[in-house]
Amino acid sequence: MIRVVLPAHLRNLAQANGEVTVEVAGKATIASVLDALEASYPMLQGTIRDHVSRQRRPFVRFFACAEDWSHESADAPLPEAVVSGTEPLLIVGAIAGG
Amino acid sequence: MANKNGVRVLVGTRKGAFILTSDGKREKWDVSGPHFAGWEIYHLKGSPVDPNRLYASQSSGWFGQLIQRSNDGGKTWEPVDNKFVYDGVPGTHQWYDGTPHPWEFKRVWHIEPSLNDPDTVYAGIEDAALFRSTDGGKSWGELSGLRGHGSGPRWQPGAGGMCLHTILLDPSVPGRIFIAISAAGAFRSDDAGATWRPINQGLRSEHIPDPTAEVGHCVHRLAMHPSRPGVLFMQKHWDVMRSDNAGDSWHEVSGNLPTDFGFVIDVHAHEPETIYVVPIKSDSEHFPLDGKLQVYRSRSGGNDWEPLTKGLPQSDCYVNVLRDAMAVDSLDSCGIYFGTTGGQVYASADAGDNWAPIVRDLPPVLSVEVQTLA
Repeated sequence: MIRVVLPAHLRNLAQANGEVTVEVAGKATIASVLDALEASYPMLQGTIRDHVSRQRRPFVRFFACAEDWSHESADAPLPEAVVSGTEPLLIVGAIAGG
Repeated sequence: MANKNGVRVLVGTRKGAFILTSDGKREKWDVSGPHFAGWEIYHLKGSPVDPNRLYASQSSGWFGQLIQRSNDGGKTWEPVDNKFVYDGVPGTHQWYDGTPHPWEFKRVWHIEPSLNDPDTVYAGIEDAALFRSTDGGKSWGELSGLRGHGSGPRWQPGAGGMCLHTILLDPSVPGRIFIAISAAGAFRSDDAGATWRPINQGLRSEHIPDPTAEVGHCVHRLAMHPSRPGVLFMQKHWDVMRSDNAGDSWHEVSGNLPTDFGFVIDVHAHEPETIYVVPIKSDSEHFPLDGKLQVYRSRSGGNDWEPLTKGLPQSDCYVNVLRDAMAVDSLDSCGIYFGTTGGQVYASADAGDNWAPIVRDLPPVLSVEVQTLA
């Protein structure tokens, strides 16, 4: 079970209270977690990564175990603490604007 | 009679949607919202055949585009499909500097529900293209004959982006659709969106290399009266224009307007020759002349205009009225509505003679639509 923390706007969209959890079969990566997340919450499709390119939206960031995973490969294995559910994967709306 | 009816005003803003309702007197208003708080709502509109069916374009610089649908007049909403993928290989249009630039989906500017089927709805997007859903928004497909028109590679964005912002469905000629794009111009399809042709003859735009080019005109808005859909009115970047032949040719009807720059244009619900604009000082000063917010009305289909000022601020007012932010109701005494970038929504229950704000402190208003309820 992988814990995912969504930004407030997406939490509202998904009608989720607090963290959400997903099950990932096989290797846990950013891509596989997002696949599972979008399967459970179809309304999130296109909001975190582009429908076609599958690339992270520019103002969305990923953090895990206090490290920025935004620029890591989407297929890189996530830390064991995230896989085990000890730590959540954080999906964050970047601070932007003036 | 009319007082038994009501109106529902749908307001899209930079930070959410608001729904304003009143009875036929249009004196006391109930304000609901913000819906989708914090998101940009470029447009929301109801189905003419099922007023409880609403569609909303919800977007954000962070999380992209969503489409929301309501089946109960905006009390509850559900997200539907948000996948707007260009048909085939998108190719390029011109960028601001004239170089080729790939077509990229950015947002939905305008939603136009079908005149006869609540599950059929059109979406005008940036970069300019027309999409249609026939299943209530559960899936979208591009009507790519528009973007595939031979002039497509020459289209160029206006200052607000290359947006398809106007969709008019002809109620009397089956399959006839008018659309407008900034800054490509106006186009018409006579076969339900399969093929298109530019309808910009008579437009003159001094700021482009060929002022009378087939495409390249910054059309801000089109309007028609449903009883006479062959007559079109246009607020161009500069110039208010009129066509009496479904866009085949245009002539200027700016007449005595103090400035013919502006964004909105609309037609009285019961008088096809009565039209409204909000003159804006210039393309570099997006606010009313002399700080006076004035709607101008022509009862002769253009050329002769009168200022409407009662109830509108006549000093120190420097708001703008964006292209999708004016609408009319169809009660016996036609109501006119518009929203401003200062967050006011003004209403007139007597065709523009007297105005009052319904609300005055919303986020900047992007769009206003009105439903007349039985």
